[in-house]
Amino acid sequence: MNDDLLLSVRGAGKRFMQGNRLRWACRDVSFDLYPGEVLAVVGESGSGKSTLLRLLAARLACDEGSVHYDVRDEAGTAAAASAAGEAGLVDLAQLSEARLRWLARTDWGFVEQHARDGLRMNVSGGANIGERMMALGSRHYGKLRGQALSWMERVELDVDRIDDLPGTYSGGMQQRLQIARNLVTHPRLVFMDEPTTGLDVSVQARLLDLLRELVDQLQLAAVIVTHDLAVARLLAHRMLVMKDGQVVEQGLTDRVLDDPQHAYTQLLVSSVLTP
Amino acid sequence: MMDDNYNFGFLDERTKKMIRRAMLKAVAIPGYQVPFGSREMPFAYGWGTGGVQVTASVIGRDDVLKVIDQGADDTTNAVNIRRFFARTTGVTTTEKTAQASIIQTRHRIPETALEEGQVIVFQVPMPEPLFRLEPRRRETITMHALAEYGLMNVKLYEDIAQLGAISRTYDYPVLVNERYLTSPSPIPKFDNPKMHMNPALQLFGAGREKRIYAIPPYTAVRSLDFEDHPFEVQRWDHACALCGAADSFLDEMIVDDEGSRLFVCSDSDYCGERRDAGYCGTQQAVHMPVNLLPLPLGEGRGEGREEGPRAEALAPTLSQKEREVIQ
Repeated sequence: MNDDLLLSVRGAGKRFMQGNRLRWACRDVSFDLYPGEVLAVVGESGSGKSTLLRLLAARLACDEGSVHYDVRDEAGTAAAASAAGEAGLVDLAQLSEARLRWLARTDWGFVEQHARDGLRMNVSGGANIGERMMALGSRHYGKLRGQALSWMERVELDVDRIDDLPGTYSGGMQQRLQIARNLVTHPRLVFMDEPTTGLDVSVQARLLDLLRELVDQLQLAAVIVTHDLAVARLLAHRMLVMKDGQVVEQGLTDRVLDDPQHAYTQLLVSSVLTP
Repeated sequence: MMDDNYNFGFLDERTKKMIRRAMLKAVAIPGYQVPFGSREMPFAYGWGTGGVQVTASVIGRDDVLKVIDQGADDTTNAVNIRRFFARTTGVTTTEKTAQASIIQTRHRIPETALEEGQVIVFQVPMPEPLFRLEPRRRETITMHALAEYGLMNVKLYEDIAQLGAISRTYDYPVLVNERYLTSPSPIPKFDNPKMHMNPALQLFGAGREKRIYAIPPYTAVRSLDFEDHPFEVQRWDHACALCGAADSFLDEMIVDDEGSRLFVCSDSDYCGERRDAGYCGTQQAVHMPVNLLPLPLGEGRGEGREEGPRAEALAPTLSQKEREVIQ
């Protein structure tokens, strides 16, 4: 079973200096993620969720502990990777910047909370979707455009808007565009930072529906940071509850939400409004 | 007739040594932008301070210097820089491309093919081709280091999507030696193919941005494009009105308020030599009714329009050539 682990986190932590005081934004986080599995990280604002996500995506370096990822080689076969001494799980801290950037472009996706941070706002929707493929060396305009169109269809965007700037899209459309832009290289792991925050409920529901469908179709593994327990319930197989930088509880989503053990989780579950 | 109050080539010897060192590195890594300690020159930025410093550092007493601006030897910038070097070095100057050992240029590569042993020095306003696309300098340095140039193609994609064709007509990005993405300086893309496997040494100096880069002789230079939208140079429906050349880069000048346009070679030396050899054009402007003119293809959509060779060619300054025709 250990062979097909995708991501393995052991005691990961990150600290920041605040004034003259050291503060741990998150600490002692350990979990495993398998291919096709969706993990939700929930907790209140300031509990270290987003910092944890940035550690996982190697946007920040761990101050203690480590994050291991199952790195494939560029052709996607594990055999060549093992020949290069990169068999199976590799500590992200050991990888070169070039390799990390390559991973972030191909094997990973990162959906930002604010679509504006994840999109290139001064080029059209089509160019946004094509960017990763062009970074990987695709130099055929017709094919790039075809891919962009098919992805716009898949995320239920109006294909007539392909040449429009993302600034003219609505919030929900921007978020869809961001998802398409990330999935175009068929990543195995997608990080999402509050993907539905700031959208109204009906748009949220459709986006969640889409995400659930894509995750299922593409066998994506995903780590979703959210403070919305409904999102976790809908999408995630397992969840991690964080408070003050610590993981206070983790387990299967239904178990955690229906039978919370830790006092904070109980508070969190009981705080949800039901209309 | 060198003015003895100046050191040879205006710059002091230590500065020239520093610039030569930067140039050696630039030649060793074709297309790579080498930072250097750019000096204040007795010119305003934008008038070729980078090119002047490069020329001042490579020039020797036996060199023959040619300076061109927009292809012409008689424009203000060219005349000033030529006089500057005549005074501070005393070297022979020429207007003939074939006789020059150093050619300092702005906006053009001469039509006459360059030869081994010649040096062409470009004045560069913005050496960083990713400048408009990625504002963080640290990020562009990383992109160059890792040869991540997909972003440039995103820009070209966007051009085709919005305008139907790659709209960039000057400063068209090239890949040097299949490695470094490089700005060819604001030469028209018509001149890009001349850089490929050119037997002359091509040096680029950006004074304000403090960068030097180079394309050594016989180096591959490829203009970026898409497989299904290959790189193409401009073509004209007309020949030069003075010399009849159909293969050179033409300046288009509006000569009256009824849409008459005069097409003449931008390279004044090339045009003059052809006329001396007996070639002759129609000697008249072409009448183009305004409603038949193609719509302008938004050249780079406001991207440094003032740098475009075309924009300046259309400026209402009459050159020597034009005056000859009108008379």
